[in-house]
Amino acid sequence: MSERINTKVLIVGGGPGGYVAGIRCGQLGLETVLVEAERLGGTCLNVGCIPSKAIIHVAGEFETMAHAAKAPLNGISLSAAPKIDFAETVKWKDGVVKRLNTGVAGLLKRAKVRVVEGWAVFSDAKTCTVKTKDGEVTIAAEHVILANGSVPVELPFLPFGGKVISSTGALALPVLPKRLAVVGAGYIGLELGIAFRKLGVEVTVVEALDRILPLYDAQLVAPVAKWLEKNGVALHLGAKAKGLGKDGLAAELKDGSTVDIAADNILVTVGRKPATEGWGLENMAVDMDGRFVKVDDQCRTAMKNVWAVGDLVGEPMLEHKAATQGEMVAEIIAGHKRRFDPMTIAAVCFTEPEIVSAGMSPHEAEGEDVITAVFPFMANGRALSMDGGDNGGFVRILARKSDHRVLGIQAVGAHVSELSNEFSLALEMGAVLEDIAGTIHVHPTLGEAFHESALRALGHAIHI
Amino acid sequence: MGRYVFKLPDVGEGTAEAEIVAWHVKVGDDIHEDQNMVDVMTDKATVEMTSPVTGKVVALHGEPGQMASVGSPLVELEVEGAGNAKANGQAAPEKKVEAPAKPVATPAPKPEKVAAKPVARAAVHPATFVLEEGDRPLAAPAVRQRARDRGVDLRLVPGTGPAGRITHEDLDAYIAAGGRVAARGGGTSYAPREGVEEVKVIGLRRRIAESMQNSKRRIPHFAYVEEIDMTELEDLRAHLNKTRRDDQPKLNVLPFLMRALVKVLPAYPQINARFDDEAGVVHRHAAVHIGIATQTANGLIVPVVRHAEARDVWDSALEVARVSAAARENKASKEDLTGSTITITSLGALGGVATTPVINYPEVGIIGPNAIVERPVVRGGQIVVRKMMNLSSSFDHRVVDGYDAAEFIQKIKALLEHPATLFMD
Ligand SMILES: Cc1cc2nc3c(=O)[nH]c(=O)nc-3n(C[C@H](O)[C@H](O)[C@H](O)COP(=O)(O)OP(=O)(O)OC[C@H]3O[C@@H](n4cnc5c(N)ncnc54)[C@H](O)[C@@H]3O)c2cc1C
Repeated sequence: MSERINTKVLIVGGGPGGYVAGIRCGQLGLETVLVEAERLGGTCLNVGCIPSKAIIHVAGEFETMAHAAKAPLNGISLSAAPKIDFAETVKWKDGVVKRLNTGVAGLLKRAKVRVVEGWAVFSDAKTCTVKTKDGEVTIAAEHVILANGSVPVELPFLPFGGKVISSTGALALPVLPKRLAVVGAGYIGLELGIAFRKLGVEVTVVEALDRILPLYDAQLVAPVAKWLEKNGVALHLGAKAKGLGKDGLAAELKDGSTVDIAADNILVTVGRKPATEGWGLENMAVDMDGRFVKVDDQCRTAMKNVWAVGDLVGEPMLEHKAATQGEMVAEIIAGHKRRFDPMTIAAVCFTEPEIVSAGMSPHEAEGEDVITAVFPFMANGRALSMDGGDNGGFVRILARKSDHRVLGIQAVGAHVSELSNEFSLALEMGAVLEDIAGTIHVHPTLGEAFHESALRALGHAIHI
Repeated sequence: MGRYVFKLPDVGEGTAEAEIVAWHVKVGDDIHEDQNMVDVMTDKATVEMTSPVTGKVVALHGEPGQMASVGSPLVELEVEGAGNAKANGQAAPEKKVEAPAKPVATPAPKPEKVAAKPVARAAVHPATFVLEEGDRPLAAPAVRQRARDRGVDLRLVPGTGPAGRITHEDLDAYIAAGGRVAARGGGTSYAPREGVEEVKVIGLRRRIAESMQNSKRRIPHFAYVEEIDMTELEDLRAHLNKTRRDDQPKLNVLPFLMRALVKVLPAYPQINARFDDEAGVVHRHAAVHIGIATQTANGLIVPVVRHAEARDVWDSALEVARVSAAARENKASKEDLTGSTITITSLGALGGVATTPVINYPEVGIIGPNAIVERPVVRGGQIVVRKMMNLSSSFDHRVVDGYDAAEFIQKIKALLEHPATLFMD
């Protein structure tokens, strides 16, 4: 059976960029078809944000219990060491994912978006063909929203397969490896590497640059580096993965020597690249911006009425950016005036401890006359009461000296991901230090450290 | 750590220089082997220059719009190992750099936009604040969205909040005052628009600009416009389109006009010509190679239908479609883009009464059909409705006399008005 559909809006990709665009299109009364080859929710829901955070959560619980089994932990002791059946963990994680998948499907249905399952291939900018299990469907649309997302970058000398896995593989391992080598110390590599370490795996990280988490400045990253050291994660900086070794990963260290890092699995997380291949992008006459599809601040491509959002269009490759752009494009198609002009897109790293950054870093603010103030969690009651005071965490605020306008806010510490939205809100609202200082913060919370950082910038912190 | 100097390689036969059209890296970037660094444009093609090595960019030479000569340094990289240059930045001669050059399939980049600079409004508003260059106005998302909905440029709105933050009230006041500027005249709800956008003329746009200037500066143009009754030709065309075979293309007016040109041109050899004005020689061509002015996403390109004299209307139509599609997709070969002896430029589809087309230097004539419109005309004392088309044309007065040009156009008119004669010898 072959079918032809004509629709107002065609969306390719059911990740956060695509499905949010779909729901919003539906709400706005636009006739919409969404094509997804795998599962609704895209990278984020199926193999990214959600499953990784689920595993990280389990790893944290396990670590606490393991600790209590070794020595009493704040009065808690366990008589036997905890055991983990990783297959069960993965099953639980899959359950969480499934619930969300179904949720997304339901939301799309409620918005009257038709979902076509299969891989879309474009013959021209407004027409694609999808091979579905019921036959071929050709879809022609007035507007096309590309939300094809991204895929992991593969190293040619360490192709995925066998013991070499991508983040997707790591989140679905049937059994825990004894020893894990991680290639690449970006956020995905370290989030997963740290989680596996907490689960008792011996972890070795190989990174070509001279530092971990190059997106964040050295001061922010220091507590994470400290954790890695304290917890016996072997870290090789300035080292290059070379290929499979006899017993694991062959790597050339900074001093030029070659080592064979014993590993049952090698997790390659050297970045992600936009999914630009295999679906006829070349037939669409859109311009490129390096590897990414080029868009303007309304997510328009060079081709009329072809839009692109999310990981496909550039950094930062983050869920909240993709979703915001998807929502915006739907509204523009419906005739609203919208523009993608956030003051900030905060980024969070779910390492141990967590890192969050919004707005300018001290490095980016170079040349401006700024005040920088740091407030350590060591002096925050809530952090201490959660055993999160001694990991080197802090909140740092950056404001312009002349008018106290807040330019950037960063934090590192236990659970600081939850502060990210307060940081973003402050920046979006154009807060000055006095606004934050003048907002009563609930006690006892981690947010008080933010309040205190503003007070400190004004020269009168209370608790330090 | 060594230094590696990447020089502009020889990008094609005899090319001595190329224009830098876009940088894809900046100083401080860590780049890997094969990463695209810069696009350069030669005579006809845009070429992507990729890095032969992995390293950190420490210097870039030249800006988009500038010409770089073959062998001149484009990019300097800091690399592991010795590199190919001494510490003082001089390229070591022994290691030759061969750049992998591959033509880019995408169209040449559009002229780069230079960001519009915000306008400081200190003079108009008793300054609560002055925006510094590149600064964004400070306002909460809800205020920004309301401004967008109302078409207000927030950079013009004085903010009264801390650090010059624009409040809802500030925006209300600005709108109520009709953008403040109009307030004296009684007030309207239209906000004034300000700001100047600078767009660099580079790449294809620069080529077009240069060749237009060259044509107009060198050639004393004269224009001639005549009206032609296309009624019969339109009937014939409709008939042919209705009865055409599946393998035959749909015909528009162009192939008929081409047919008329090739029939009349032998009697006017001075019009089917290229004038080498430096040597003082007119090359009169026997073959009729017709340039077809084509609008592409990047600007005007003139692909060529070669040997139009040897093509019937169907074949002419097919070839026009082929070369103009090639031009639009940036896939035209050098052959497709050079050597025309006369050019047709048609803005007919957009309407318009007459044009004064610019001759495609070094040719000496250009024909521009205008839109066909039904209009009342007098025939045998009766007012009747006919399908009329103006035909605009320009000629190089140095080698084509007005009298000859007018005669030439009259003959074309006669052929088009009696379409059967187009096909009679
Ligand atoms: C391990 C990991 C952890 C992450 N953690 C975070 C985090 O904590 N926070 C955060 O903000 N971001 C995180 N990300 C990034 C986040 O997942 C992405 O930024 C986000 O999913 C991008 O959304 P998208 O809609 O652009 O694309 P995707 O989510 O990649 O969705 C694209 C979808 O399009 C489909 N598709 C592509 N081409 C076609 C075609 N031709 N036909 C049909 N279907 C097609 C794909 O199957 C896919 O489902 C993480 C990513 C990974 C891998």
